[in-house]
Amino acid sequence: MYGPTAKSARLTAALAVTAVLALGATACSGTTKDSANKAAGPAAATGKADPNKAIKKGLTVAFLPKQVNNPYFTTSDGGGKKALEQLGSTYKEVGTSSGTDTSGQVSYVNTLTQQQVDAIAVSAQDPGALCTALKQAMKNGVSVVTYDSDTQTGCRQAFVSQASAEDLGRTQIQLLAKQIGGKGEIAILSAAQTATNQNTWIDFMKDELKKPEYKDIKLVKTAYGDDDAQKSFQQTQGLLQEHPGLKGIVSPTTVGIKAAAQYLSGSKYRGKVKLTGLGTPNDMRAYVKNGTVEAFELWDPAKLGALAAHTAVALESGRITGAEGETFTAGDLGSFTIGKDGVVLLGKPTVFDKANIDQFKF
Amino acid sequence: MTVTADPVRQQPAPPPDASRRLVDRVFKARELAVALVLVLILGATQLSNTEFLSEQGVKDLLLNATILVLVATGQAVVVITRNVDLSVGSVLGISAFAAGIHLRDGGSPLVAVLLAVGLGALFGVLNGALVSLGKVPALVVTLGTLYIVRGIDSIWVGSRQITADALPAGFVDFGHDGIWVLPYLALLATAVLAGVAYYLRSYHSGRDLYALGSSPEAARLAGIPVRARIMTAYVLCGALAGLAGALYLARFGNVDSATGNGYELTVVSAVVVGGVAFTGGSGTVYGAALGALLLTSINSVLPAIGVSSVWVTAINGFLLLLAIAADRILALRVAAALRKKAARTRSARHA
Amino acid sequence: MPDATTTTMAPAVRPPALARLGGAVRWDTAVGVLLLTLLVCSFSFVDNFGNALNLSFLIGNTLPIALIALPMTLLVVSGEVDLSVGSTAGLSGAVMGALWNAGMTIEAIIPLCLLLGVVCGLINGLLVTRLGLPSLAVTIGTMAAYRGIAQIVLGSDSVTDFPTQYLDFGSGRIGDTFVPYAAVPFTVLLAVAVVVLHATPTGRSLFATGAGEEAARFSGIRVKRLKLSMFVTTGLISALTGVFWALHYASARYDNATGLELSVIAAVLLGGIDFDGGKGTLGGAVAGVLLLGTLQNVMSLTNVSAQSQIVVTGVLLVISVLAPRVGRQVSEARARRRTRAAVVPPSPRTS
Repeated sequence: MYGPTAKSARLTAALAVTAVLALGATACSGTTKDSANKAAGPAAATGKADPNKAIKKGLTVAFLPKQVNNPYFTTSDGGGKKALEQLGSTYKEVGTSSGTDTSGQVSYVNTLTQQQVDAIAVSAQDPGALCTALKQAMKNGVSVVTYDSDTQTGCRQAFVSQASAEDLGRTQIQLLAKQIGGKGEIAILSAAQTATNQNTWIDFMKDELKKPEYKDIKLVKTAYGDDDAQKSFQQTQGLLQEHPGLKGIVSPTTVGIKAAAQYLSGSKYRGKVKLTGLGTPNDMRAYVKNGTVEAFELWDPAKLGALAAHTAVALESGRITGAEGETFTAGDLGSFTIGKDGVVLLGKPTVFDKANIDQFKF
Repeated sequence: MTVTADPVRQQPAPPPDASRRLVDRVFKARELAVALVLVLILGATQLSNTEFLSEQGVKDLLLNATILVLVATGQAVVVITRNVDLSVGSVLGISAFAAGIHLRDGGSPLVAVLLAVGLGALFGVLNGALVSLGKVPALVVTLGTLYIVRGIDSIWVGSRQITADALPAGFVDFGHDGIWVLPYLALLATAVLAGVAYYLRSYHSGRDLYALGSSPEAARLAGIPVRARIMTAYVLCGALAGLAGALYLARFGNVDSATGNGYELTVVSAVVVGGVAFTGGSGTVYGAALGALLLTSINSVLPAIGVSSVWVTAINGFLLLLAIAADRILALRVAAALRKKAARTRSARHA
Repeated sequence: MPDATTTTMAPAVRPPALARLGGAVRWDTAVGVLLLTLLVCSFSFVDNFGNALNLSFLIGNTLPIALIALPMTLLVVSGEVDLSVGSTAGLSGAVMGALWNAGMTIEAIIPLCLLLGVVCGLINGLLVTRLGLPSLAVTIGTMAAYRGIAQIVLGSDSVTDFPTQYLDFGSGRIGDTFVPYAAVPFTVLLAVAVVVLHATPTGRSLFATGAGEEAARFSGIRVKRLKLSMFVTTGLISALTGVFWALHYASARYDNATGLELSVIAAVLLGGIDFDGGKGTLGGAVAGVLLLGTLQNVMSLTNVSAQSQIVVTGVLLVISVLAPRVGRQVSEARARRRTRAAVVPPSPRTS
């Protein structure tokens, strides 16, 4: 009962062929991944750093978090704001309301370039997508610092890292190993598959597990909850069903650990399956107190934001350029040295448990 | 919505008794098919993983489905009238936060739930008014209110969030406790579902919704108060989204400005998979509930048998396509069967 | 811009007075005027708006929406809709990334991606035209399915190392002017689309099909084939947009262009393209796209928060569908009153 599709098929084929020809004609020789030049040079440190230059005042530093209205970023940007006020500069915050709106973040970088702010502190949603825009910003004289989540090294002058990825990955395994008595099956509940941070930490976790003292611990699965409460919930359930002998879960994301804790605390697994990872004290207080979670860790986001602010101002004042080995002071945070690839390390993460959690309010 | 205006055309005029039974049977078959698929999937999973249907497992399946079932029930009522409500995710989010704020400030859980339901109903009134008074395509209007409500929610909520320790323990326990494997939330959802189903089946105004969806013009000419009925559907849908918001709070113990973002697509999928056609006038809320149960079960089945979660989106999409294709083929078959029967009756009469 | 709508499509039943009134409040003209006003105000009052760099940003960010809006307009005019465009773009970007990682040449990859878009469009079109399914439901299904496949194809990768000359094409601009390179092919496509829709028999067939499919078929238009080719074109352009997106943002990920369909539809509707089909101009659609893009740019420059921007988008969307209809209703009511007044002399009570 259906008519012949020969004609439309021909039309389609014609369209496709035209497209192929048009594009084929644009280039004589093919470009592949191997022949393309790798544009991942080191941060372009132009000019000389003079650590004794005066700190400029009256600068405008814009914070561009992965997501506005995200409590974690609100805390860290709040730290940045306080630091900037002490330095006599102006703070502003812009950003997308979704954590995966890469194009939105790019257009915010462009807008900030337009508004001629003095420096941008950005937590990148994607390591590559922001590059063009950030390079353009630097070309227009804007200092660019990444914090929390980095871009490719060539697209910013310095990266303020919450703690070294290695420390974070390894300490989370150490925490969990202690809780489960060094023996049994464990699993990881991560955020999105594309999350750069998470993936680096997970690689270090796997590396840590290769050490002989963890020979009785077996990582059975890495699940992805996409930083969505419901999905993380169901992924946790799935982990427990697929691996009934599961002893512990590591969730290196604040959304994931919260969802997993909420599920565990309302199920028969409470207290039997250990949970640790990265969470904020406010989120986790209830679960630490009811025995679902023994201990978890995080850096202080406010300090992270403050350090990003100090780094941005130091860059803009010409005290540093982002080259390895340069040293600068960041107010009451102390003195910091820029490491390889322009990375500034905040320090070791803090471990929170029943004993100390009430001292932290973020 | 024109896009949906086409297929119902071959709906026959008031069918005689015999054919009505046929239609009834076919549509029951449609729901049975979803139920069958559900049972097969769950059974197969249980075979490969004996932990799946344990007491905790069944409880989790039911709890996971509860919130989607509620929203899908409301959505089904709207879709039956040949409209759609895309703002449900945003409404769920804002009502959940409203309930959370009330509880955090020491309010009573009952008032918090009522507050959420009321707020949801209020947005339902807004949607209903825009759709029925403006005679504007529901898809577009509710897409607009999706943005508006989400925006208001983000401005109001800001970076605040409601966490589990701000909620009374009783309320959170209500979110996961139950009688044996039956969680309280699931019992509540079932009661609501049965109530709505009874209304649609046995009340005059409930039947009107089907008439309206089958042929809005005919319904108007038959004297059905079109605007009032559309309003009823949207208010019901909004109120249920609000209720779902309150239950979300109890279940997840955590609400922020992104809660419920993108939920509308899951809801619409559940409704369509459950046999409520976009073209209006057909399907039942039980079907929608089964669809919701099926979709959430798939989300639980895949991790339980160790399939990577990257497959979930694709599988949901294919399921949706399969469902609408099956509906269409079924509808064509029914129409053909009815025509044949009508022809036979006619020739018998003439003989 | 040629304007086929009111002249060829104005229904004959309308009395002349009414047609004149309808003509006076033509929505796409109104949007055009609104856009011009906004541009003039922004140039004079908004700091940093008028320089070449900002304008190139503005155009570059709006291009993906503008590109897809072209075939979408044609499709909506013919009475169908395609919600899978964002996912098709995402899928084409994901495949591009995966093949690039596999070591293929980019010159071979891009045509393959476009071919993939054609296949995606073909699937949508066949399901709609051959099975007779509502396009809304079909493309919600394929939206999930295509996105799911993209996720399976590329997984967690984010491919960024495309060759520089292509990246420069995707994000660069011609010299120091405000014109991005990519705007040139867009202009060509725009010209083609304008000619096709407003100056060829195909375009007239699209309007006729959208206004009344049955009538169009009886008048010899091959409706199914026409619609199929429109879906295929939409798929092709979506895939092209996906390639452009990956180059413009120098990043191929499975979640590229998520939610693009909503922006496109919002812009097209804002431009006065009627969702019931059979009405609209490409000028209106492009004006709608630019209006939304400019508004967003200006709001960002003047530090309006992202949340408030969402609300503004939503309100605009609702107004854009509500205003023309309310306007029509008012003018109809006025015309009715006038006809009544002409037939029956006004009684003292009414005047």
